[in-house]
Amino acid sequence: MSLSSNHLLGLHEVPKEDIQLILDTAKTFREVLERPIKKVPTLQGKTILNLFYENSTRTRLSFELAEKRLSADTMNFTKSGSSAAKGESFKDTVLNIEAMKVDMIVVRHESAGIPKYLTQISDANIINAGDGRHEHPTQALLDMYSIREKTGKLEGLKVCIVGDIAHSRVALSNIYGLQAMGAHVSVCGPSTMIPWELESLGVKIYNNIDIAMAENDVLNVLRIQLERDAGGLIPSVREYHNYFGITTDRIAENNPDILIMHPGPINRGVELSSEVADGTSQIILNQVTNGVAIRMAVLYLLGTRAE
Amino acid sequence: MKVLLKGLQLVNPDQGLNENADILITDGIIEKIGSLDSSEIKDVKEYNFEGKLGVPGLYDMHVHFREPGQEDKETVLSGSNSAAAGGFTGVACMPNTNPAIDSAEVVKFIIDRGRDHLVEINPIGAVSKGRKGEGLAPMLELYDAGAVGFSDDGTAVKTAALLRSALEYSKMIDAPIIEHCEDESLAGGSMNESIVSTQLGLPSIPTVAEDLIVMRGILLAEYTGGKIHVAHMSSKRSVELVREAKKRGVEVSAEVAPHHFTLTDESIKAFDPNYKMNPPLREQKDVDALIEGLQDGTIDCIASDHAPHNIEEKEMEYIYAPNGIIGLETQLGITLSELFHTKKLTIEQIVEKLSVNPRKILNLEVPQFAVGEVANLTIIDIEKEWEVDIKSFKSRSINSPFGGRKLKGKSLAVINSSQMFVDGEFHSI
Repeated sequence: MSLSSNHLLGLHEVPKEDIQLILDTAKTFREVLERPIKKVPTLQGKTILNLFYENSTRTRLSFELAEKRLSADTMNFTKSGSSAAKGESFKDTVLNIEAMKVDMIVVRHESAGIPKYLTQISDANIINAGDGRHEHPTQALLDMYSIREKTGKLEGLKVCIVGDIAHSRVALSNIYGLQAMGAHVSVCGPSTMIPWELESLGVKIYNNIDIAMAENDVLNVLRIQLERDAGGLIPSVREYHNYFGITTDRIAENNPDILIMHPGPINRGVELSSEVADGTSQIILNQVTNGVAIRMAVLYLLGTRAE
Repeated sequence: MKVLLKGLQLVNPDQGLNENADILITDGIIEKIGSLDSSEIKDVKEYNFEGKLGVPGLYDMHVHFREPGQEDKETVLSGSNSAAAGGFTGVACMPNTNPAIDSAEVVKFIIDRGRDHLVEINPIGAVSKGRKGEGLAPMLELYDAGAVGFSDDGTAVKTAALLRSALEYSKMIDAPIIEHCEDESLAGGSMNESIVSTQLGLPSIPTVAEDLIVMRGILLAEYTGGKIHVAHMSSKRSVELVREAKKRGVEVSAEVAPHHFTLTDESIKAFDPNYKMNPPLREQKDVDALIEGLQDGTIDCIASDHAPHNIEEKEMEYIYAPNGIIGLETQLGITLSELFHTKKLTIEQIVEKLSVNPRKILNLEVPQFAVGEVANLTIIDIEKEWEVDIKSFKSRSINSPFGGRKLKGKSLAVINSSQMFVDGEFHSI
């Protein structure tokens, strides 16, 4: 079995078989991560560049660890802001690095479409680690992995993504991925945080968190970027918490069995109350470990894919 | 010198003219029109244009020639060459240069730069000093120096109060205020707001950002009795607003750019910054409404919004790449392919939109096919099939999404007074 593409640019139009293969492969690597020696020689001799044009700690560390666990050689390139502002164009930077013969590029950039552009100027396998508000496929894959781990299935499951959907790169990847696996996906948040015509993707929209909790099996709660309330999307963090925050009372009242997920880092007292954050901390930290396994699976499947 | 143009079909809706005739031009003036025989004329250079269209020289009322300030992108000379190659004998150039066209000196500088060229260049003056939106530019002085209209293009006139003043002040010279219709507080995105922007995760600009400023312009023109011209109209609702306003008798006119009636935001899925412009490419419903607006006369003109940028700028990340594409050399071909050969507009309507109406809006004389008139015409092979090659552009820039596109209809030659552009070269005639 191998993936149908040389790259992982997003989960839009990725076939179910590919997602299934990544999730199943991740399960094997998840077991490796429990061993005393957590390293396998699979990508020995491969060079991977982590090209991060935007600040990221967790995603970059997770990728780097996954690369090292697979015995690949890794390089990190971190730069923020516009390429033009720094005096070298993005294309020139990439062509320079390309000349050093890298096999795979893991890229994060604040401009949507950059991973796709890279496939046009580079021969390396490209893995999207987040582009603008567009996609963040490995995050969605690890969310799906964690949901499957907890509930045993994805097919037929009702999953609601809660928070600032419009400014999230995680939401869209989750929607595409979960839908491909047969889950029913909905979103919940203040209407200013719901992107334009999202319902045409077959996504149900809730503006009431209590109803959303009652009608779903899983909540995937996104981080509210605190600096955004100044942008006029919500009147205040306080109002957000009062109307959309997940609390133990709301769980008890609406759906005691609901599975709460969070890609982290959590704003305690905003999207999750402190009690809920503590109660779900095992799941949330397990998501982080699963993230390494998912990234190992993606790197392995792309790095060993027969041409 | 005498030039005989044989076999033309002359079309000039301004004269109600559509007939086959030859034209004899002597020293840039039309000497004879009719069935003419070169053997009876001494020392004449004859061109056989059998079955080709002769129309009043095309005019583009919305171009950016970047001079002064950004001569690496375009100059008055390279832009004028591009215009001639595209079939145009006149252009109005926008004032967002550096410095802006906000003083008589800059107006004169630009006119001087284009003085001996075939293509007539008419500067548009800035509405506000430095296009900063803080106070009126010296509009009367600009007008006397040769400006034919006023705009803060690139942005809308900053406040309703300033637009009101501009509309009232420009009434004294009967010149239009050309509005870039975009509400600043709703702007700032990289593409149209639609399901496509949701899927691509790009920050978006809603159509209502345009509609609001179109409405503001209409209401203030109605209130003041001034003249407003809507530049590069792109939204369905804006077409409806202008249609209703025209019915009420408001002095409003409008233009559309070829890319807006040809492409939709679906094109952005490849993240190619050559599809990035402002206003952005909209949806099919907007494209359909724009074509309807052209058909029923709501939209008066087709104008390119020719906006040259360097390759290195357009190779930036999508959200950082500058807005705009060039269009002078593809405009006629796209218009004929998309609107004439599809039977959406007649040739008379196309000549109105590309020659007659823009000149009327700017109070310029429409060239006439009549003995004693200055020769000012474009000769078009309406059936010519060709492929756009961005490398062959006369413009200094190549930022066009139309490279490789197959078009039907092309300018063969342009003549203005005693200059002719034919087969890629300028000649004195």
